[in-house]
Amino acid sequence: MQTPASFEYERATSVEQALALLEQHGPEACLVAGGHSLLPMMKLRLATPEVLIDINELPDLGYVRVEGSEIAIGALARHVDLLASPVLREHYRIFEEAEHVIADPIVRNRGTVGGSLCQADPSEDLSAVCAALGARLVIQSAAGRRTVEARGFHVGPYETLVGPAEMLVEVRLPIRPGAGSAYQKVERRAGDYAIAAAGAFVVLEGGMVADVGVGIAAVGAPQFTAPGAEDYLRGKEPSEPHLAEAARLAAEATAPAVDQRGTVEYKRHLAGELVRRALRSAAARAAGQEG
Amino acid sequence: MTVTDTENTGSTEPQLSPAGNPMGFGRMLRKEDVRFLRGHGHYVDDVQLPGMLYSAILRSPYAHARIVSIDTSAAEAHPKVRAVITGATLEGLNLAWMPTLSHDVQAVLATDKVRFQGQEVAFVVADDRYAARDALELIDVEYEPLPPVMDATKALDPDAAVIRTDIEGKSDNHIFDWEAGDAAACDEAFAGAEVVVEQDMLYPRVHPAPIETCGTVASMDPITGKLTVWSTNQAPHAHRTLYAIVAGIPEHKIQIISPDIGGGFGNKVGIYPGYVLAVVGSIVTGKPVKWVEDRSENLMATAFARDYHMKGRIAATKDGKILAVQVDVLADHGAFNGTAQPTKFPAGFFHIFTGSYDLQAAHCKVTGVYTNKAPGGVAYACSFRITEAVYLVERMVDVLAYELGVDAGELRMKNLLRPEQFPYTSKTGWEYDSGDYPRALRKAMEIAGYDELRKEQAEKRERGELMGIGISFFTEGVGAGPRKHMDILGLGMADGSELRVHPTGKAQLRVSCQTQGQGHETTFAQIVAHELGIPPEDVEVIHGDTDNTPFGLGTYGSRSTPVSGAAAAVVSRRVRDKARIVAAAALECSPDDLEWTQGRWSVKGDPEQGRTIQEIAMLSHGSLELPEGVEGHLDASVVYNPPNLTYPFGAYICVVDVDADTGKVHVRRFIAVDDCGNRINPMIVEGQIHGGLAEGVGMALMQAIAFDEDGNCLGGSFLDYLLPTALECPSWETGATVTPSPHHPLGAKGVGESATVGSPPAVVNAVIDALKPYGVRHADMPLTPCQVWLAMQGRPARTDLALT
Repeated sequence: MQTPASFEYERATSVEQALALLEQHGPEACLVAGGHSLLPMMKLRLATPEVLIDINELPDLGYVRVEGSEIAIGALARHVDLLASPVLREHYRIFEEAEHVIADPIVRNRGTVGGSLCQADPSEDLSAVCAALGARLVIQSAAGRRTVEARGFHVGPYETLVGPAEMLVEVRLPIRPGAGSAYQKVERRAGDYAIAAAGAFVVLEGGMVADVGVGIAAVGAPQFTAPGAEDYLRGKEPSEPHLAEAARLAAEATAPAVDQRGTVEYKRHLAGELVRRALRSAAARAAGQEG
Repeated sequence: MTVTDTENTGSTEPQLSPAGNPMGFGRMLRKEDVRFLRGHGHYVDDVQLPGMLYSAILRSPYAHARIVSIDTSAAEAHPKVRAVITGATLEGLNLAWMPTLSHDVQAVLATDKVRFQGQEVAFVVADDRYAARDALELIDVEYEPLPPVMDATKALDPDAAVIRTDIEGKSDNHIFDWEAGDAAACDEAFAGAEVVVEQDMLYPRVHPAPIETCGTVASMDPITGKLTVWSTNQAPHAHRTLYAIVAGIPEHKIQIISPDIGGGFGNKVGIYPGYVLAVVGSIVTGKPVKWVEDRSENLMATAFARDYHMKGRIAATKDGKILAVQVDVLADHGAFNGTAQPTKFPAGFFHIFTGSYDLQAAHCKVTGVYTNKAPGGVAYACSFRITEAVYLVERMVDVLAYELGVDAGELRMKNLLRPEQFPYTSKTGWEYDSGDYPRALRKAMEIAGYDELRKEQAEKRERGELMGIGISFFTEGVGAGPRKHMDILGLGMADGSELRVHPTGKAQLRVSCQTQGQGHETTFAQIVAHELGIPPEDVEVIHGDTDNTPFGLGTYGSRSTPVSGAAAAVVSRRVRDKARIVAAAALECSPDDLEWTQGRWSVKGDPEQGRTIQEIAMLSHGSLELPEGVEGHLDASVVYNPPNLTYPFGAYICVVDVDADTGKVHVRRFIAVDDCGNRINPMIVEGQIHGGLAEGVGMALMQAIAFDEDGNCLGGSFLDYLLPTALECPSWETGATVTPSPHHPLGAKGVGESATVGSPPAVVNAVIDALKPYGVRHADMPLTPCQVWLAMQGRPARTDLALT
């Protein structure tokens, strides 16, 4: 049996209290929400926080709602909430497709949006989704709230802009009427980390790509995205040759690491192929051609 | 030989028991599931004893290193620590090394050096499991790293580091050479053959990964000197004898209890260092000690399976008559030779690699080598290496079909043994008991709609889509002994059984084998019901406790039904014979005047005059005067020594779609026609087959334990070592033919491992078939998306090494 090292446990009942506890206990304290990344690491003693601050009972952080021209997602929304959200289904199919391939139902029932983003695993699907959609992330501290771009959120593997006495509280997504979006992932087995994954949204005007976003996970794309591919595609017809070139540019922007999931060359190839498929599907949906 | 083409129950007894169960063979729900499904199973880790202590093992981070020093003082100073045991402690007890099942020794705790990553270095006993684990971090071990030998193909290089410096005079990593078949006849067949095809293939190291990891609770009573051991094991009686030999404890003072077991698959046959350490911990502290490993420990340090590097050659005529098969094997046994198999067979039953075909000649040569990896090799439902044998021959037949440009199904049909050739003695000396192979293959092809599938494939190939159809036809030999030829460390492979019918007609059957999920409590009760007419719900099957069961060699190699099942049938017949004498005394007639029908002895020609088995049970315990030489009560015992193995077989067809741009394989269909003779409980048989097919998909597509060049195990958790899920498995399409075993008392054959043995080559053959347009003839398992993509480019990777 795996046995974690001993730790103190606190249960927060408000964001303010959680932040105060973080302040009080310092950098060896850790927030726990769904716990599906943190607890296994603790059992393996790869993580040994001295204090766990349980935020599962914080009220009113599990929402998914429209606020003006944006969609707001509370950091405690569970994967299963995103999967089932009519708001997201209406505006961004990418969420449903990504959530379907995130881990398994047990993890999705507990794992949260905030936890996934803050874990900042290089394979994290929601990081790619948020990067693709140009999400903005709201971080709260005792001093107040600040908003950062998802595309600047990651400082490195497993590291984000969220400071030791801060907490990610919300994800905000711009609503883009008429946008089509999609997510593609290849894994060795359901529930395995992605070998590569890619998501995209496309907005068409007059048959041309007016706006586009690309997100890529698990293959070392800086900030989970590929701006070069987006720049290339903007203003162009989403034809197969154009998609192929965008995919090539996206693949070029990746920096995969070899592991038993695949060689560098294969992962780069796969990333390109999945970007192409995601763009193709997103464009077709934007054109009203695909469900 | 009786051959029927129905989904046979082997039964002519249509009647049901009071509880609605078949009075004998047939489908019935598993008796044990009443507790399992309610969460009331009782596993080793559920054992709680008064005053019990907990333990943990410090393991080596290195694959190969000299131990310079071990400082345990800080751990010993931990307030909850009761004992810290190192190799030096054990040396003082002469317990630092223990014998393996293969004429070698294995370190219980490392003394001189560590030889694989995850090897046991120190053992801590503490008040609770958290303290035990905490204390591991307080032990300071200084290592001097040595070059590890991680590539089996380089283990015999002159400059390879010598792993077993503990063996006097050992100057290389060679373990054994072994061969079977007729080399000269094989050479001759190859020399004269019109077509010869050669193929290298690796059956990678995989791991059985049972849901329940291994563990032991040991309790040495300091007053009586009795040692009680609750442990995860598949062979309690063999364990008892081994503990007696290893620890020098008198065998009558040892009780091994194997409670509910959460899957074995060969992982729980041998004795692991942790088991011995729990015993030592109990002796040292005078308290019961529990040791239960975690998942990574299970994957990194307990019995793996396979790791066979095979060079196969197949000879044939131009028109596809297979003449001979020859194979050279490099067997990676890890750091200690600890394979668990009949002792006279260092490569297990690999030499059944001639498979299901009528050959002129066959020969194999196996060389075992040490590497800096965990020991093991015979596990994961392999029927003592028949997995490797079937994979070899079934891949070779497909490689031949590829070279000849013929259909792999037709090629097999042309070469399968014919029913009239049975009993058939293979070119490597096995005597196949019974079979009708073409019928099974035809049936599988019918279920699959083989011709339509080939048509669909041709159409898809026109469009550039990749679809593959793979066939595997396997023959297994399961149910070891006979005891004359097969033993484990000198213990002949025969099984005892005892049956006692109580006065009210309820029965207890005691068996030596050990269920790990196979449903013995149900199947064996059905055997007694079939033979005695006692309802299966009235038969309690007792197993897994050496103080309360007769001696036998345990459950692995699909031997429970072939050996212990036969014992249960024979002991039931002995009770039936005794019941006849009692009935005759009661009816005041000669036993010869009685006939047996449906649980009742009655007078021939006067069926009203009779006694049921339940009535006879009461009579035999009562005051009825019994004839001379018949003692009272109604019981019997037997030791069943099987005359031969049983030879189940089957035809499997797998259909896959491969995404050419990502390399991802989708298993669309899987058809499995199994022939295991008479089926006692067809539902349980199908369950076993379903499980084995899932394992086959796992091995073919995702499972392997590779190592990097520094000696790191790359399959040490379920993040890295993948088990298939329902999403990777199609809805299995099973079928059956029934060719009873002529020598088994019930006409049954073992089946527990058939699907695990038979299915991997079907999946691999299907994927390789899908890749035919790319000129792919072979690629090693697991066929991950990356491996498929690399194969399409003509450069599949070695799957035993880290990808680069």
